[in-house]
Amino acid sequence: MEIYRAHVLVCKGTGCTASGSEAVLDAFEKEIEKKGLSKEVKVVQTGCLGLCELGPNVLIYPEGSYYCTVKPEDVPEIVEEHLLKGRIVERLLYKEPDTKERFRSLMDIDFYKKQKRIALRHCGLINPEIIEEYIANDGYAALAKALTQMKPQEVIDEIKKSGLRGRGGGGFPTGNKWQFAANAEGDIKYVVCNADEGDPGAFMDRSVLEGDPHTILEAMEIAGYAIGASEGYIYVRAEYPIAVKRLEIAIEQARNHGLLGENILGTGFNFDIFLRLGSGAFVCGEETALLASVEGRRGEPRPRPPFPANKGLWGKPTIINNVETFANVPEIILKGADWFSSIGSEKSKGTKVFAVGGKINHTGLVEIPMGTPLREVIYDICGGIANNKKFKAVQTGGPSGGCLPASLLDMPIEYDTLVQAGSMMGSGGMIVMDEDNCMVDIAKFFLTFTQEESCGKCPPCRIGTKRMLEILERITNGEGREGDIELLENLANSVKASALCGLGQTAPNPVLSTIRYFRDEYEAHIRDKKCPAGACKALIHYEVVPEKCKSCGVCAKVCPAGAISGERKQPYKIDTDKCIKCNSCFDRCPFDAIVKI
Amino acid sequence: MPVIKSIEELEKIREQAKDMINLRVDNETKTRIVVGMGTCGIAAGARAVMLAILDELKKRNIDNVIVTETGCIGLCQYEPLVDVIQPGKPKVTYVNMTPEKAREVVVKHIINNQVVDEYVVPNV
Repeated sequence: MEIYRAHVLVCKGTGCTASGSEAVLDAFEKEIEKKGLSKEVKVVQTGCLGLCELGPNVLIYPEGSYYCTVKPEDVPEIVEEHLLKGRIVERLLYKEPDTKERFRSLMDIDFYKKQKRIALRHCGLINPEIIEEYIANDGYAALAKALTQMKPQEVIDEIKKSGLRGRGGGGFPTGNKWQFAANAEGDIKYVVCNADEGDPGAFMDRSVLEGDPHTILEAMEIAGYAIGASEGYIYVRAEYPIAVKRLEIAIEQARNHGLLGENILGTGFNFDIFLRLGSGAFVCGEETALLASVEGRRGEPRPRPPFPANKGLWGKPTIINNVETFANVPEIILKGADWFSSIGSEKSKGTKVFAVGGKINHTGLVEIPMGTPLREVIYDICGGIANNKKFKAVQTGGPSGGCLPASLLDMPIEYDTLVQAGSMMGSGGMIVMDEDNCMVDIAKFFLTFTQEESCGKCPPCRIGTKRMLEILERITNGEGREGDIELLENLANSVKASALCGLGQTAPNPVLSTIRYFRDEYEAHIRDKKCPAGACKALIHYEVVPEKCKSCGVCAKVCPAGAISGERKQPYKIDTDKCIKCNSCFDRCPFDAIVKI
Repeated sequence: MPVIKSIEELEKIREQAKDMINLRVDNETKTRIVVGMGTCGIAAGARAVMLAILDELKKRNIDNVIVTETGCIGLCQYEPLVDVIQPGKPKVTYVNMTPEKAREVVVKHIINNQVVDEYVVPNV
């Protein structure tokens, strides 16, 4: 085997691929070849490094230098300076947003220092398309340990003892789920991986699949051994082409090397895994709808019980776990339940991955121990609110979660505390909002999503979400009536209590939580016909402040509707009938002479 | 890579595969060989020295050593310079390196832990 003196890791996750990492990877290969360094320097494609906002990301070892926003034009300089002469290219290194300090090594950066990576342990470290790199990092060692040193019941006991809970939303104890399926009668059982990540803005499952696909295969095999199954299905969205491709490669490699199939590692254990592609219906993330879709039927939920552990895929006992849940399993088997349960808080063990987005400085993927306060994630790891604006709320749990106000920033992130506060862990989306976000508008946004995605099977969800949305539209259009808030609360509680599946039961959360914490904004919309954040177009109009206007004419030039006119030395005027409220003049006025009222 | 038929085979492949990712982990605890690759170093033949070091490490199957480069440190007349930095020990600087001398340093210093006194930097 060749010994390389340097490894150049180029992120090929979806985020960095979208910002052009393919071209950067090519440029590195060409430039290294040109300089005759091919035998000394190895170029490796990896999964997501987490700081997607600054992509394409490049990491160079042994120094661990972290270069951000690398363009193909920068590559010759990096090769010449760093790889040939050993001089780190300072100008491209990551820099801390407040101090502007640059760091020479990845692990010195605040964004990484406070994270604890278990589910993401291989993302950005190994090449996901090369099975040897996974094996070198203790890959398939947990499977070997389970098959040779543990009885199936011991595997289940270990998972139970670890305190691992489902990472897909519900937070059900994983070990118990496995126990039910193991106890269920039946000679044929199935293991299903839920990779139908549907929450807008959530991409942790995608990142695990893209950066470390073999972990999921290994975990599913361990689960299969524990409950006595010999077949597994991964239900993944067709909208994740890179994840699908890497899973296909991983399954192929595992089969070729005897890590999937018959008589695995000479132990007599048989297991194989198949892919099923979903077409992007949000409801198919619900377990019974997902199973229906795998079977080739319409993706609609059914009442439970019977639970899938007793009657799942094709009526057989089935365990269905989310990608991130599975990603924790090999580490628990290898390092032990005590190690895992020592991380996190009293009732929520281990870590959780969050996809942080919205009005935040570092959009990206972070994995933190359970129990970390929200403030630490938003300010210390993700660098605080963008553009020096004021924090208003954070939405956890995607469209099924709720909005939490500034007063709850010091709350530890745990399954139960989030539910008490009217939100939920969900799959781990975290959207940060600032003072420019109107909370009524946000509730409307999420409800629009769930209303569109409602499968229509049960009336509370189909009709209830529609009626709620109509009321929210009325309020944001300035036509809200007295009693609307109470009506919304009433409807929301009914839908929550009577909907068939998790989609309907959680859809009212954004509405209820915004009413609970931001009732004054609803009242301002209804009584004063005002939107305090200036976001609801029907409730605002633009005016020129005559004392501040210097008659420069910039506003008139940018106005696409021709609604602004004026003469030299006279303040300009906005014709509100023509104005389409596009905000262009407000953004561009150099003297802050335009106001939203 | 062949079909893996037993746990022993899996462990064997793991040992071999570790070389592939070795460079990305635990770099603080490894010995570093630093080759001066400023313009002066390159002109004096540092590339050949670096390649000789890599080749010698590969031949002897040594994987816990990092080979890296640095810029000019001002001792241009003594180039090519090679530093050997072992954790917890003072840095040793070798001067006027050639591929042959570099191979000798790998064998004596890295493997046998003997500083090659005749090549170290004179008191300038």
